[in-house]
Amino acid sequence: MRGPLKDVEHLIRLAALFAAGLLFFAVARAEFVPDDFGKYGHYRAGAITDVAAKPMVYAGRVRCTECHEDEVNEAAPSKHKVIACETCHGALLKHADDPEVAVPKVDAQTLCLRCHAANTGKPSHQPTVVAKDHSDEDSCVPCHKAHDPRMDQEP
Amino acid sequence: METTRREFLMVGTKLLVMTSVTASALEHIVAGAPEAAASYNVADHWWAMLIDIEKCIGGGHCVRACKTENDVLDEPMYFRTWVERYHINMSDPEHPIVDSPDGGINGFSEKYADGDGKTFFVPKLCNHCTDSPCTQVCPVGATFRTNDGVVLIDKDYCVGCRYCVQACPYGCRYLDPRSHTADKCTLCYHRLTKGMVPACVEVCPTGARQIADLKNPKDPAHEYLRTHKIQILKPQMATGAKVYYNGLDGAVR
Repeated sequence: MRGPLKDVEHLIRLAALFAAGLLFFAVARAEFVPDDFGKYGHYRAGAITDVAAKPMVYAGRVRCTECHEDEVNEAAPSKHKVIACETCHGALLKHADDPEVAVPKVDAQTLCLRCHAANTGKPSHQPTVVAKDHSDEDSCVPCHKAHDPRMDQEP
Repeated sequence: METTRREFLMVGTKLLVMTSVTASALEHIVAGAPEAAASYNVADHWWAMLIDIEKCIGGGHCVRACKTENDVLDEPMYFRTWVERYHINMSDPEHPIVDSPDGGINGFSEKYADGDGKTFFVPKLCNHCTDSPCTQVCPVGATFRTNDGVVLIDKDYCVGCRYCVQACPYGCRYLDPRSHTADKCTLCYHRLTKGMVPACVEVCPTGARQIADLKNPKDPAHEYLRTHKIQILKPQMATGAKVYYNGLDGAVR
């Protein structure tokens, strides 16, 4: 080849190579980056729905009340009325969805002391006892019913 | 007419570019349809948490509930939320004694008698920062703050580089050895979006933890924030933390 293009040919080849690279990048990016990436920010919008789709484990006290109104009424006059059922009874959404699913027994003594053991640093308004002095470490339940722990109640 | 190799290449390249441009334009048009969100509108919420130190009794119910609800690993013992016990001895108030046996999951042992200095519990969790350092360091866009104010992780995108674990000033992240991806509190986003409160809030027997929707004008949190001595952790780091503590001692770090 003669004329002005004589020395430019290799540049054209280089430009073509560059264009091909750019094209490859554009196609690969369109292929690999999900459609919803960058919809709200530098992340995949679908990740939000993924997290939200996780199944629940705790039913919430509204569900418990649907069937166990008696227990809720029992606790109503006592300070324990503010405590959710699942605080002591554990996560029970499976039981709420299917009442056949057994509810595990709770260890009352351990549960009582988690909130009412003295000298752990609890705020002064929290009623606490030293189990050894209070009941010689006997069970709390004969005197205090868990749902309504007031002493003047019928056992 | 005879086609030279150069002409063929030029025409071919032009065609390829045109198709790919059209294809990506079409993709944008198709993707424009909003995703189906049942009754939860992201724009209507801005989530935060209120923690009342004066109410916390360190029973560890929140820690257990969080582990159960979110399948948080027991071995090694990782936490999305945990409770710390601070003991400030009046003879050396600058150096509080802090313990958190197993994150407080089984409550705390009897250790400090009444009148022996000041003892209190500090529940900790992800602060769901407005300007979160952890989301800024992620090299792959796997962690982000949603428009309703919750910092989440995209498990599909996370490459497990641990940058975010180091970036969090509150120590709220860990690497889940099962999936080799970062993990943290989601503020029980799967519950919030269904109108439920987070598991830790549900089981707290004293109401020391409260979820707050700051975009809801009727949320009692607004009055609570106005009328109480509210602090956040490490305000000097300007993270825009959204876990608001009432009655927090200055010794808490």
